Amino acid sequence: MIYPTQPPLTKGRRKSMVTLNDYGQYETAWCPGCGNFQLLKAVKQALVASNLEPHQVLFVSGIGQAAKAPHYLNANFFNGLHGRSLPAATGAKLANPNLKVIAESGDGCNYGEGGNHFISAIRRNIDITVIVHDNQVYGLTKGQASPTSEHGFTTKAQPSGYPSETFNPIGIAVAMHASFVARGFTGMTDHLAEIIRQAIAHKGFSLVDVLQPCVTFNKTNTFAWYKKRCYELPKDHDPANWDAAMKTAYEWGEKIPLGLIYKCDKPTFEDNFEVLKSGSLVGADTPIETLNEIIKQYR
Amino acid sequence: MNRERTINIVIGGEAGQGLVTVGGLLSKALVRSGYSICVNQSYQSRIRGGHNTFEIRTGTDEITAPQEKIDLLVALTNETIDIHAGLLGTGSLTVVDAAQNASCKTCFHVPYKELANARSMNIAALGVVSCLLGLDEELIAGIVNESFGKKHPETAEENRAALTKSYEWTKANNSRFEKLPQAPKREGRLMMNGNDAVALGALAAGVKFYAFYPMTPSTSIGLNLASWAKKAGLVVEQAEDEIAAINMAIGASFAGAPAMVATSGGGFALMVEAVSLSGMTETPIVIVMGQRPAPATGLPTRTEQSDLEFVLHSGHGEFPRAVYAPGTVEECFWLTHRAFHTAEKFQGPVFVMTDQFLADTFRAVAPFDLSKYPAVRAGAPLDDIKTPYMRHRFTESGVSPRLLPGFTKHLVVTDSDEHTEDGHITEDLSVRKLMVEKRLKKMKGMMKETVAPELAGVKKADLLFVSWGSTKGSVVDAAAALKAKGQNVSTLHFSQVWPLVPEQFVSALEGAKRVVCVEGNASGQFARLIRRETGFEIKEHVRRYDGLPITPEYIIRNIPPPL
Repeated sequence: MIYPTQPPLTKGRRKSMVTLNDYGQYETAWCPGCGNFQLLKAVKQALVASNLEPHQVLFVSGIGQAAKAPHYLNANFFNGLHGRSLPAATGAKLANPNLKVIAESGDGCNYGEGGNHFISAIRRNIDITVIVHDNQVYGLTKGQASPTSEHGFTTKAQPSGYPSETFNPIGIAVAMHASFVARGFTGMTDHLAEIIRQAIAHKGFSLVDVLQPCVTFNKTNTFAWYKKRCYELPKDHDPANWDAAMKTAYEWGEKIPLGLIYKCDKPTFEDNFEVLKSGSLVGADTPIETLNEIIKQYR
Repeated sequence: MNRERTINIVIGGEAGQGLVTVGGLLSKALVRSGYSICVNQSYQSRIRGGHNTFEIRTGTDEITAPQEKIDLLVALTNETIDIHAGLLGTGSLTVVDAAQNASCKTCFHVPYKELANARSMNIAALGVVSCLLGLDEELIAGIVNESFGKKHPETAEENRAALTKSYEWTKANNSRFEKLPQAPKREGRLMMNGNDAVALGALAAGVKFYAFYPMTPSTSIGLNLASWAKKAGLVVEQAEDEIAAINMAIGASFAGAPAMVATSGGGFALMVEAVSLSGMTETPIVIVMGQRPAPATGLPTRTEQSDLEFVLHSGHGEFPRAVYAPGTVEECFWLTHRAFHTAEKFQGPVFVMTDQFLADTFRAVAPFDLSKYPAVRAGAPLDDIKTPYMRHRFTESGVSPRLLPGFTKHLVVTDSDEHTEDGHITEDLSVRKLMVEKRLKKMKGMMKETVAPELAGVKKADLLFVSWGSTKGSVVDAAAALKAKGQNVSTLHFSQVWPLVPEQFVSALEGAKRVVCVEGNASGQFARLIRRETGFEIKEHVRRYDGLPITPEYIIRNIPPPL
């Protein structure tokens, strides 16, 4: 019996460059005009720009309209439980650090159901990229408030207005010194693709919070609403400056900054494990001598 | 079993007094001297105070169960004497500190202050008990040195002095307690508890990823694995909660690392959604369920077998699973090893059900021949792959060859939503029907590998005990005691409780005059399972749900009067 062995992940290994065709074209279950279309396009562009082949990438997602996105491109894909994409992605990355692991899901999945995992993944600085489709509303369950909904936002579930304050994922991530924190907007696809490319290239936890309209259920934060407010961070914004990043993280309202808000280099979670330095955990049998050595302690 | 040749030692006192240390050292000394042991640890959910015991039943022959009657009580507090007074016999001895001012018929007053300083009190107690049992002083000294010599070299001398003084003092002053008979020479045996054996079984099976959130009584499985992680090349992570732990493990397993989680009732309740995820995505996962009394937080440090139905039905929807329930420490080892192979072969959740008693009970076990326990290999060999590759391809057995992502150009896709053969989300209801059937088909293959229940004794017994999991030893011991009195008793023990194969055991049930189901819960969950699967109703029961393990004496006391 021959078991497959993994080729090392090296850039430009393939003679011909990866193209958009490698990632395919699929019919989706999304509403016409949904921000997801532009986000999917940006993700594909970023993968191509990273020259990653589909089999080198593992998408992990939760549940929601956003979580379906990886179904619509060619790559390895584990579509798990609502809110649990980050633990599953963490496990997969630890099992095989050679995989480029990208967790993609919505604001409800990552910031609501999976809030504890979001915080813990930042603390670990696990080398995965998290792309959050942030449309400030629950789409799949037809229009309830999400953690990022604005205070007072009315829905059928919150007829008197959303009573909580808005969750600020960028603020939390920067406050915790997450190693890569960025925001994009689906109305600026090329800019978004470039941010995602940088996030994928970054070694450590990278967050890309993506503002996008929900054309069906969010009549407040519409395409025009975002378009009017979103602006690219000026060239002199220094993502290494934490104080400036904190200030930027809380800029929201008339002006919403886009781009790489904060970045720092620090050891990744995987760096803590000696065993991962020599590759993946897959197929690495522990020698019987080692096992016998361990059993000896019970003599 | 020759019942006269066992001695039941109970060390009792407050948490923090070091009784687990003394008990552990004594257990090790007994095992190295060739004796068998059965340890029962009884403790409260607190770090200091309260009343805890470390019980060791020991003897020359194999010992399968704890015992209630006490031969040698080491009372570190007067409260211990009061609590256990009723369990002492005329030949029993109670070892107390002379300074305790205790008075009892069985008291053996030891002037510890003259024998040791405050730091070495426990070692002095160990010296007294070792001498009473007739253990070799040099052997004890060696074990004490192994445990403390490296960590606290400064105490080595005073420990040694305390040991010798107390040993000599006891030799000179004991005239009542009869020491253990000479044990046969038994080389190379190991001393471990159920959790140690589970961890070792996992290690032998090639566990590469383990995530956990601490919860009694399962915690020490993770502590063992963490202590070996560097040496054995595995990743152990304390997750933010049990939900994260199992989702991480499933993610790791999907990517090719044999993975396990261990928890107890409340933690498992959090994991349940992911059990279903494992079933749906056909991702192998081994789940160790260390039971303790529930509902809710229950009695955190006590024992019970009340989560059988919970585990059997955990996870929404229908999907196959296997549930092992080790009856001994050795079974903890090989059934955990087997669980990994079953999980990989049938691609889904496989359970190992233990409980606090089994998790904490130390035994002497013969060394494992690891060449007989090969590591599992995640994923299918290339020879089994048909193109185009589809992760959930329909097959006769229901098992689809599993590729690992990133190892070939084939894309590995799976979904917690109902999916097509290639793993993509679908609402095609004809595919849905086929997928349900595909998953359930795997049960047939699993049933071919079900560990048959063990029938000990004649098929047409007057009395047949039925049991599962950790109660095995007590049931066997109780049956032996009744047989010794001339009764015609057999036992039928299940170390795998799902899937059941009725042909393996129904005739044994039907052949017995009386069938009594012995289990550690209040409603008779296993008896109910047997009835559901076979139609055979077990009408008589011995049940325990006060948090203590089922002992042979408990069984004999509680056998219902003949109908």
